[in-house]
Amino acid sequence: MQVLLTLALAKGIAVMGITVLLRSGQVSFGHALFFAIAAYGGAFTLMLMPGADLIVVFLLGLIAATLSGVLVGLFVARYRFIFFAMLNLAFSMIFWSILEKFYHYTGGADGMRLPRPTVLWIEMERGTYELFMFYLSLAMAVGLGWFSMRWLESPTGQLFRTIKTNETRLQYLGMSPQRVMMNGYVLSAMLCGTGGILMGLVQGVVTPEYAYWIRSGEMVFIAVLGGAGSVPGALVGAAIYEIVRTYASAFAGDVWQMVLGIFLLIIILFAPGGIAGIYNTLMDRIAGTKERGE
Amino acid sequence: MNLTLFLLALFDGIAYAALVFIVAVGLTLIFGVMRILNVAHGSLYAMGAYLTASLTTFVLAAGLPPIFAFPCMLVSAILIGVVLGGPLEWLLLRRIYHKPEVLQLLVTFAIFMILEDVQRLIWGTQPIFQSTALQLMGNVRAFSVNYTVYQLILLPIVAITLLIGLRFFLRRTVAGKLILATTEDREAAQAIGIDADKVFLLTFIVGAGLAGLGGALASPTTSILPGIGADMIVLSFAVVATAGLGQIEGAALTALLIGLGRSFAVYVWPETQVLVPYLIMVAVLLVRPEGLFGSPAARKI
Repeated sequence: MQVLLTLALAKGIAVMGITVLLRSGQVSFGHALFFAIAAYGGAFTLMLMPGADLIVVFLLGLIAATLSGVLVGLFVARYRFIFFAMLNLAFSMIFWSILEKFYHYTGGADGMRLPRPTVLWIEMERGTYELFMFYLSLAMAVGLGWFSMRWLESPTGQLFRTIKTNETRLQYLGMSPQRVMMNGYVLSAMLCGTGGILMGLVQGVVTPEYAYWIRSGEMVFIAVLGGAGSVPGALVGAAIYEIVRTYASAFAGDVWQMVLGIFLLIIILFAPGGIAGIYNTLMDRIAGTKERGE
Repeated sequence: MNLTLFLLALFDGIAYAALVFIVAVGLTLIFGVMRILNVAHGSLYAMGAYLTASLTTFVLAAGLPPIFAFPCMLVSAILIGVVLGGPLEWLLLRRIYHKPEVLQLLVTFAIFMILEDVQRLIWGTQPIFQSTALQLMGNVRAFSVNYTVYQLILLPIVAITLLIGLRFFLRRTVAGKLILATTEDREAAQAIGIDADKVFLLTFIVGAGLAGLGGALASPTTSILPGIGADMIVLSFAVVATAGLGQIEGAALTALLIGLGRSFAVYVWPETQVLVPYLIMVAVLLVRPEGLFGSPAARKI
């Protein structure tokens, strides 16, 4: 259960990246790219520097994700909607096929192992390490969640959200939408990267599946489930998703994507606010009854 | 690279381009008319391929001559268009035309996820191979290279016929003109009595049928396995985006460009096979963001 929650938190952090992008009205079908790049970055660090510390692995993985976020962002930040979504998908498919084809370096479909690193140069038993990773993920999730919410409220974040409401007006204010988009894109790549490296460190292995479109689709699904654009919703959504998946995969493993797809349709058509939206409606209703009761 | 290899790469490229064009033209037609990028298009392609393989095997097992493999393709394509495409538009897409673009993308993506599992439920995960049609037509000797008639002659002919036929359909027939009018201005078209709902339904059925036809024609040339739908949607999007969304004639040229680029990569540096189409797309979009043949959209303020 603890490992499960750790994975859910790691995934939740990655989903926050999608959530941030959704606030600008854009959806990416390829953000698993940064998830995978960070995890593979960590794996390469451990391979080239055996005995590297957790901090080193974490930072190098994150730097890899951030750099690739800048590179891909320089290209995709000019595009919106369909082009944005599909170009991201194309980039993640390219990376996925590189991982599969250049198996001399990446281990192909078997992936790469991430042996358990030292934490602050202290060797840790498996149980302690897992407990530590849980608290680390929790702290990261809360910290980054708070940061993302603050960022979205900051002047830069406000400009970023204007891309959704009225991009032309942004230009009239003398701003470059590309640059604004770029800020948000790199932030979302970093969030996805953080999730990816945490996930890799907890699971101890990375496979090309990390970059596959199914993984991206899953992230988008969780973001929409949690409530499009709600940062706490992303974390709650990820937790619910992981728990349901673990217990449902026993009898719905073969049709799991189908179930996801159907739920996605239901949410979009009938509850566009996701979990956050349902929660708000419930709260309003409770507040409403109280007012009427008084 | 000697002449033989060059010719092989050239023929591979042409055969592949023909297939990709057939799928991509359906995608671009749907986008041009309905302004929706149908992510599930790749699944329709995969299901067309699966259906053809099953149908052909069934027909052959029933004792009919192998020539019946060809009608099977046509039947599959029509089934995909009418039985799968029709209800999709009618039940789902019709509800989302007024919604934000992000939600439209998500809905077609959800359909894509559902259909990928439907394929796996029906046809399993084992690769399926059914090449009766390919073998039936035999080989042809072109210059110094032996190549299958099916891929070198039939596929390009189908693609070119489709291109000319679609052009004729859109410009010369009443139904085609109704589609063009609705594309130009939906409200004005409705004001003069065009049933826009019917036009959209028809377009989607034709587009889905084209994806099915692409799959049907591809089925004898390759083994069919899960994941071909995902590859195809990304690739045909690359073709369509390079040409400019909604450009039918442009899609034919970029399909050829990308098909040839890919097949030469196979012979020169096989690992980059998957990369070349995207590199072409990225290079084109960097210079012309609206695609090779697209025109920049007027800004609305």
